[in-house]
Amino acid sequence: MIAFFLILIPLATGLLSFLIKEEKTAKAFALLSSLATLAVSLLGLTLMKTGNYLHFSAPWMSSLGSSFTLQLDGAGQVLCLLTAVAYPLVLLGTWQATYKNAQQFFGLMLLAQAGMMGVFLAADALLFYFFWELALIPMYFLSSIWGGERRIPVTFKFFIYTFAGSLLMLTGIIYLQAQTADQSFSITSFYNLELSGKEQSWIFWLFFVAFAIKMPVFPLHTWQPDTYEQAPTATTMILSGVMVKMGLLGLIRWLMPVLPLASFQWGDRVMIFAIIGIVYASLIAIRQNDLKRLIAYSSIAHIGLMCAALFAENNSGTQGVMIQLFNHGINIIGLWIIVEIIERRYGTRKISELGGLAQQAPVMTIFFVIIALANIALPLTNGFAGEFLMFNGLLQAKSNFAVAYTVVAGLGIILAAVYTLNMIRNTFYGEAVVLRAPVTDLKLNETIALSLIVILILWLGIYPQSMLDLTEQFSREWMNKIDVSHLFRK
Amino acid sequence: MNALILSAVLGVIMMFSSFLLKQKPAVRAVAISGIVLLLLVNLLEMTSQPFLTVDTRGLLVFDHFALVFNTVIFAAVLLYFLLSAPDMEKVGGSYAEYFALIFFILCGVTLVTSFTSLLTLFLGIEIISIPLYILTGSDKRNLKSNEAALKYFLMGSFSTGLMLMGIALLYGAWGTFSTEAPALLASMPPVLVVAGMSLVFFAMAFKVSAAPFHFWTPDVYDGAPTVFTSFMATVVKGAVFAGFIRLFDHAFGAQQPQWQFWVAVITVVTLFVGNITAVFQQSVKRMLAYSSIAQAGFMLFALYAMNAAGKEGILLYTAAYSFASIGIFAVLARMNDYTFDGFNGLARTAPLVAGALTVFLLSLAGIPLTAGFIAKFYMLKAALTTPGSTWLVIFAVLMAAVSVYYYFRVIRAMYFREPGESPVPVFPGFFKWTLALLALLVILLGVFPELLLGRLYF
Repeated sequence: MIAFFLILIPLATGLLSFLIKEEKTAKAFALLSSLATLAVSLLGLTLMKTGNYLHFSAPWMSSLGSSFTLQLDGAGQVLCLLTAVAYPLVLLGTWQATYKNAQQFFGLMLLAQAGMMGVFLAADALLFYFFWELALIPMYFLSSIWGGERRIPVTFKFFIYTFAGSLLMLTGIIYLQAQTADQSFSITSFYNLELSGKEQSWIFWLFFVAFAIKMPVFPLHTWQPDTYEQAPTATTMILSGVMVKMGLLGLIRWLMPVLPLASFQWGDRVMIFAIIGIVYASLIAIRQNDLKRLIAYSSIAHIGLMCAALFAENNSGTQGVMIQLFNHGINIIGLWIIVEIIERRYGTRKISELGGLAQQAPVMTIFFVIIALANIALPLTNGFAGEFLMFNGLLQAKSNFAVAYTVVAGLGIILAAVYTLNMIRNTFYGEAVVLRAPVTDLKLNETIALSLIVILILWLGIYPQSMLDLTEQFSREWMNKIDVSHLFRK
Repeated sequence: MNALILSAVLGVIMMFSSFLLKQKPAVRAVAISGIVLLLLVNLLEMTSQPFLTVDTRGLLVFDHFALVFNTVIFAAVLLYFLLSAPDMEKVGGSYAEYFALIFFILCGVTLVTSFTSLLTLFLGIEIISIPLYILTGSDKRNLKSNEAALKYFLMGSFSTGLMLMGIALLYGAWGTFSTEAPALLASMPPVLVVAGMSLVFFAMAFKVSAAPFHFWTPDVYDGAPTVFTSFMATVVKGAVFAGFIRLFDHAFGAQQPQWQFWVAVITVVTLFVGNITAVFQQSVKRMLAYSSIAQAGFMLFALYAMNAAGKEGILLYTAAYSFASIGIFAVLARMNDYTFDGFNGLARTAPLVAGALTVFLLSLAGIPLTAGFIAKFYMLKAALTTPGSTWLVIFAVLMAAVSVYYYFRVIRAMYFREPGESPVPVFPGFFKWTLALLALLVILLGVFPELLLGRLYF
């Protein structure tokens, strides 16, 4: 039932939101809805964590071999929690932002949340595909209506990119369904498939392209910086914090356990692309003058590392990804909140036009520095636990080049420190630039949102075990599913 | 059987009603009650309550597939009448005659969906085509309409000639017109059969506007009055597809290895030409013409695979494609400006219409939870269960991604751009709510496809 409510609440409130007239009411309604979802999600982690509550199944489209089956497993729990936590933070952090037709804006935001929850919960391939698309469409409208100047062509590119990828995935899904013993889309039937290496190989790429576009992994990332820049900031937060995790969840749940042989076979190539992406994105980030673009490129680097660590196929890497799924979302939302504040107050997000904010806004500076340091994985921040495990995993990867991968990916960390510290220096310290508006420090809502983020950062930095315990069993089972060594022993 | 007789009778009634009824709303009321009656009679026959049974001596068989298909077609025509009948007034003076012609076409449609003889197929195709030539040229004072009618007539006659030639050759080989008997003599078909089959194949490919036999389509669809383009592009195309599949299933089923590759080639060309050309159109009407070619490419998958999923799929595809296109054309017929810019800001001026239009466009693009997705799903599934067809499916889905470009251009214009200078089109209340109902139907079919598919095996 928990699983069902996680989708139902945002879906129903999202539709209701279109009927609201007042902007204030719509905003408050969206916040209430997101808090309700958060409460349900926490309930699923604490009081009601037995199978009965986390599983939901109803007949639907049975003639196609599909059913409405939801399942909240370890990775799903982390991501649903992230989605549930992200929404209140985003809404609080951007409380001051005003939107034309606010009721539609918040309605679409909640519908997108329902779509993403569905992606994270679906235990049926067709249902997964449905939610995959349903999460995309509200995002398309959100970015195209409320975005920046070049929003229309940019978001269109994003949409076509993602749609093309998902159609390829659909081809793979239909093919797999035809191969299952019971002609069903259910995830257990998919896991029981025994396909030849050749079949696995080309289906692997059909799926991988879809997920790689979503994450995005180099060289399919070109839609991402433009879209992040042009979308309204609240949407960008959701896009970068939560939605990119759809691609990773796809890898974790729908690609690697279903096609273990191909994942093993092609894992090396994927890691190469991911690691090229890390260095490439970090190098570009150094040269960026726009805060939004800088964070966008830094996100490509972080996601690239997660993708590489998954394909390292060992427990350390996997657990690192699991915890980092959550951490990356929280950290990047924190960064966006501050960028949004800077842009709204000072009318610019160009690093060259900013400077010396620390003198006038010391509280904001402290928050920003902590979040930025978490972003570059300093010890005692949440990023450290995740990235340490991922690097450890990468080093132990069953590849001849594991050491090389680790070293090159490690270069990404150094570059991340370069661009992050540069950004802090040029924006918050240094010479104060005369700004159009008088500089003020944080408002109450912003302080609350940022404090919550910082608390999470420190908590998971000091006591990461609380998150690792959540996914420990899942990671172990997952490792069994993707293990192909028994095939070689025969 | 009942639908066949009733549609012919209704055609005659409509002809006479032009003398007897002076008021146009009265004519319209007769036509709408006629199609409702037709739908009801067909539904009753589906639940095995025929009023009349005529022994056709092996010329027609009204099996479940034919009856369900007819129901879909009649439902589409009913919706078409409800939405577009008032717009027919603008075309010319012969209001009742247009309805008469449409009922005659429906008579041809029932023949084409249920033939068991090449002769009945030919009759059906001709009964469909000749009224269509007239409807295309019905805007007598418009040069483009005249040109379209002539072009359509010449090209159509040519393809009819090919078809007849093919049928003659097949008769020579088989010694019968029946499509049921020849399936037995399979193995290596004689040259006569191959030649006859090819000619019939070309003729049918022409009728469904598959590339490279599509050259008439954009001009004819563009030139014909928009209300009739809607009818041609949806109902007629779907019906001819049903005939196409029936013919190749029954008569040439045994020769599938011979023609399957060529169907694949035609499918690829059709998908490519339709989608890529549609991208470059400036007029929504022409874009829809090319999109109808592109959609035909997807429908060809049913022919290519010729399995259960394909046949179920073509039924869903016809319903999904017809419902969505009828809605779009109905709105288009009321627009003052047929370019993409003409749709600018429609979401502001007519939110309900824009919302419904968005549902139709999403359905044509094949977005989940619309009928169009389930239809495309079935087509892909039909092809994927045929060994060695993966390349075809991958090509098709990439083309489907291209189609998103031109369908979303309309959505972009409606939602993300400011309204233009041109006067805002008027949408009466009844029209708006019918359109909303149609949009709801498209979503309903997308969420519960069993509503329709369940009927196929009763």
